[in-house]
Parts: sequence; C-alpha cells; structure tokens
Amino acid sequence: MMGPFDTNRATRRHFIAGAAGLAAAGSASARADNVKNLPPNVADWTRQLGQAVGVRGYGNPSKYEKDVVRRTVPWLTATPESSVSFTPLHQLDGIVTPNGLCFERHHGGIAEIDPNDYRLMLHGLVDKPLIFTLDELKRLPRINKIYFLECAANSGMEWRGAQLNGCQYTHGMVHCVQYTGVPLKLLLEQAGLKPNAKWIMVEGGDAAAMNRSIPLNKALDDCMVAYRMNGEMLRPEQGYPVRLVVPGWEGNVWVKWLRRIKVGDLPWFTREETSKYTDLLENGRARQFTFVMDAKSVITSPSPQVPVKQKGFNVISGLAWSGRGRVKRVDISLDGGRNWRTARIDGPVFDKACVRFYYEVDWNGEELLLQSRALDDTGYVQPSKDALRKIRGVNSIYHNNGIQTWALKSDGEVENVEVG
Amino acid sequence: MSRWVRPLLVVVLALAYTGAILAQEKKEAPRNYGVGHLATPEQIAGWDIDVRPDGQGGPVGQGSVKDGEKVYLDKCAACHGEFGESAGRWPQLAQGKGTLASHDPVKTVGSYFPYLSSVFDYIRRAMPFGDAESLTNDELYAVTAYVLNLNDIVDDKFVLSKETWSKVKMPNEGAFFDDDREKSEKAFWNPNPCMKDCRGPVKITGRARAVDVTPDESTQKRGME
Repeated sequence: MMGPFDTNRATRRHFIAGAAGLAAAGSASARADNVKNLPPNVADWTRQLGQAVGVRGYGNPSKYEKDVVRRTVPWLTATPESSVSFTPLHQLDGIVTPNGLCFERHHGGIAEIDPNDYRLMLHGLVDKPLIFTLDELKRLPRINKIYFLECAANSGMEWRGAQLNGCQYTHGMVHCVQYTGVPLKLLLEQAGLKPNAKWIMVEGGDAAAMNRSIPLNKALDDCMVAYRMNGEMLRPEQGYPVRLVVPGWEGNVWVKWLRRIKVGDLPWFTREETSKYTDLLENGRARQFTFVMDAKSVITSPSPQVPVKQKGFNVISGLAWSGRGRVKRVDISLDGGRNWRTARIDGPVFDKACVRFYYEVDWNGEELLLQSRALDDTGYVQPSKDALRKIRGVNSIYHNNGIQTWALKSDGEVENVEVG
Repeated sequence: MSRWVRPLLVVVLALAYTGAILAQEKKEAPRNYGVGHLATPEQIAGWDIDVRPDGQGGPVGQGSVKDGEKVYLDKCAACHGEFGESAGRWPQLAQGKGTLASHDPVKTVGSYFPYLSSVFDYIRRAMPFGDAESLTNDELYAVTAYVLNLNDIVDDKFVLSKETWSKVKMPNEGAFFDDDREKSEKAFWNPNPCMKDCRGPVKITGRARAVDVTPDESTQKRGME
C-alpha cells in the first residue's frame, strides 16, 4: 500500500493532472435569516412541540452541523482501505475530540470484531503465556487518562512548502480522548517477565495485522490496553474492542484491534518501523525508532476553512500538545514570527494531552501572518519549518512539527502560506 | 562479655540491619488477579507469525526465485507491476538504488528495507492485499525470493529457506540509526525563546492556493438522518 505519506511524487503528478478543481476554502454558504423566527415574531420551535424522548436512541449532532465531518484527500493513497481521514479541527473547541470525529488511519480497512470472539494473547519471554477475553480485561483494575494521539505523518504533506489549504488537512491527524483501560504493566505482571525481556511486539487483528516493537521500559511506564474512549466502548475505527495507548508516541504504535503482545529481547524491525515510520534525512541515512511526538501547535480558528467574518473583536483559538510532557506555554505571532506574545491556555492541562489556547484581538482589517508556537515542560520550543528543514531536509515525511503560518487577508479569508 | 559474644552480636545486628533494608527495598510482589487463561501451544502457534532479522520465527518451508515468479505474476503484479515498478499508485518494490539522498527518493525493498525479515514478515501477515495470510509457507518463501531477485539481491537460481536466510544481505542495512533528536536538535530546547524583533522582514514565499490540491469540501458531508 502506498502510505498517505509517499506523497511527494503523487502530489506532483496531481499538479499535472490538475484534478482538484477549485480550492474549497471558506465556510458553508451563509443562509439567509428567516424573519419568521426572529424577534418580535415567535419562532417555529417555540410554537410547536418537538420530537419525543427515545426517538434518538443514540443522539447525533444537529442537522445544521452536517458539514462537521472527517474528510479525506482522495489523491493521497492508492486505496481507501489503506488511507487516512482527517479530524475537522477548525470546527472543534476545548481539548476533547468527539469520538466520531477522531481521524482514521487504517492499513487494511476497519476490522469489525465480535466482542465475544475477541482474544488478547500475551506470550514470548514470559513465565505464563496468557489469553484474555474482553470480559476478563474489563474485570481487571482500570484507569482513566486523557492523551493526544498524533500520526507521525501529520503535516507530512507540508515539508516542501504550503500545500493543503485547511488545518483539517495540514494538522488533522491528531485527536485527544479520555481512555479507560488496564495498565499494560499489570497485564505483563500477570504473565511474569523473564529476566532477558527488553522489547515487546504489539500486533493488530485487522487485515494488515499491523505490528510494531516497543521498548519494555515504555510498556512498563505508562502504556494502557484501552477499551473505552470518552466513556463509551472504542469506535470500530479506533480499534474496537481493544487498542494500545502509548502516551506521547507516534500514532502508528497505538495498535488498534490489538490481538497479540509478544515479549522479546530485541526489536523486530517490522516493515512499519523500517520501510515506513523512519525519517529519511538529506544524506540518505534514516532515523529509526523516532517514537516521541515533539511539541506542536496550530491555530484552528481562524484558518482557511473558517475565515474571519467580522472586523473588530475576534478570538484566535488553537490546539497545542507535546509527547514529552505538559504544554507549558503557547505564544502567538501576528507578523510571521517577528514578535511573539503569550496566549491564554484555558481548560485542563494534562501530561501528553492537547491544551486549548486563545488570543484575543481587535482586528481592523490589516493583513496578518498568524503563527503559534508551543513550549513544553522539558524546555522544548516548537521550531520554525525552516529550522527543522535545516537539520532534516525535506524527505523525512514524518514528524513535521514546524510552526504553521496562516495569512489573514483584509477580506477575512485565510490561506496556508510559507514564509521566508 | 566472652570473646564469642561480641562478634556474634555484631553479626546479629548487621543481619538485622540488612534485613530491615531489604524489607524496605523489596517491592511488593505484583498481585495475581487470577484473571485470564493459559495460552496453549496450539493457540500460540496459529497466531505466532512474526519473524525477526535473525530469522527467529520463520516457518518451515522453501521457495525458489522461479516458483516465486509464478506466485508474483498471479497475486502481486496487478498492483506492484510485473517488475516491481508499481502499477499506478501502489508501492514500488524494485529499483530506486542511489536515490535516497536525492530530491526524489524511491524507497523499495532493494533500496531501503534494512532486513530480509522486514519484507518477509510483512508479506506473511498482510499480503496479498485483501487476502492476508493466504499464502502457503513455500509460496511465501518463493515470492520473497522473487522480490529479492527483482532487486538483484539474489541470483535466478536462489532458493530461500530457513537454511539460506542468513545468506541474504540487504544493501541498505547500515543506513539506519536510532533517534538522536535530543542531541542533534538540542537547539530546540530553549528556556527563553526570543519574543521581540526575532527576525528580519517576513515575505510570503509559497501559497497553498497556488498549489491547488485541497479537496472540494462540498462533496464530503454527513448523511441526513
């Protein structure tokens, strides 16, 4: 399968084909107000009864929110079963991503697993190889944690310059969710580790049987075998009934539809940690096992899909996260990185979770170059794209955490731009 | 005090002291919750498909380049191309040698994969796409041998098996190194990043609209309930 991230050539081919049509910046078309519902008139929904309880057994968002969806970039991959859909970050606020909007990345489609037939196998360098049913996993002590999950290839299409016009596409391979599950350490203790245990291999039960190696230290530190997200059972797209949670590390190791954990003394060097998810540098050598997601942020509104509608008071809003710890501060620039001021973080700040930031402005219509930069509690400062390129070149696909620039024009439109 | 008692007392006190330290340092044994079942060897054998670079985990079987060509043409060529050149958008399996440091790197089994197991384990678990875990062990060895042959890594007469596994040397094996960001990107840790007049005049050097590859959003909406 072509990863969504082997895009350099695909993209160029696409330019030639010119098949994208008009860029779809801007919001859904504004509908005219219906004066019948406006004061002094009494609105329809006030004069008549609404739908009864129970009609909406599992409630959906309002019909007026139907354009709040995950979106795909069809030219990115050879097949939709091994592809990606993006979180509509520009239409969300706060830190928690609704379950149905969490981005998807599958390598062999969505496995639809009957929970009665679910089994987790734990074997290798252990005293007692074990199999757990879902009910058994649910009987064990459980914990609740909020973590971000970012695909290593998030922003991977932007290495060579501004390409996709919307933060959904440039940054939408991230979500932040509360997980409920069993600490992986507890499961490993049930099996008992042999003294030479150093690595684990985790494997999915989907048609790609995705497998990755994880150092035992991380497995014993904060990994979770999770079965719930935001209170309800995992969505099929997110690995129902069980996925691995690997806080702060690239999404690819958070194996979904988890069927097997094998304990070993060396890494496996699977296809997904060699041919893919290694970071090719300019000299032709590649970094491997680049697990941690560095600090990153993006202004989600305004952004190309949600332009500014009115001059005057406006709130700039965005998301920040770091795989190394807590986000400590977020700075905002209105002039493309010449001057910075500190944004206000609002809402809870958790380790390896998204934080929400705001910066309030009175906008008189002048053109702005909006940027945000995240700082974490290890002292790491989100770098500019040029600073990253200086070290890594433009071929590495993965781990692009460079500072994003949005150009705000006098008519309120916003564009993804590259600055120099 | 007799000359026996004093040393004995010292020993006893020393033992008691060590015991106290040990008791303090001794971690509580992890609790066994009695949840879960022993996995039987038969159960494990059905799922235990991973193979490591040293060949550990490889199944019994063998396959020649020649036999692999048949399997490949039948089950792989439609996507990957007759010579591994890729049919359309699917991954290219062959060629690409010498491109990794260029502007247009071509990552193939021959040009990029560091180990034989990285490709063998992947074919075993995920290929053919849409018909995973359907190849016999002999077909698996054979088709892998053929892909190696397409990359000039083994000759036309080669037969891949557990026994010949270690003879295969992948050209790009030495080109990977462990994550070194904390050293090579140390400059990104900075307790006092610049806040004022941090750079010269800023110019827009590229625009997404000029590239024009953003999808049309009007075609992607939630269905009406």
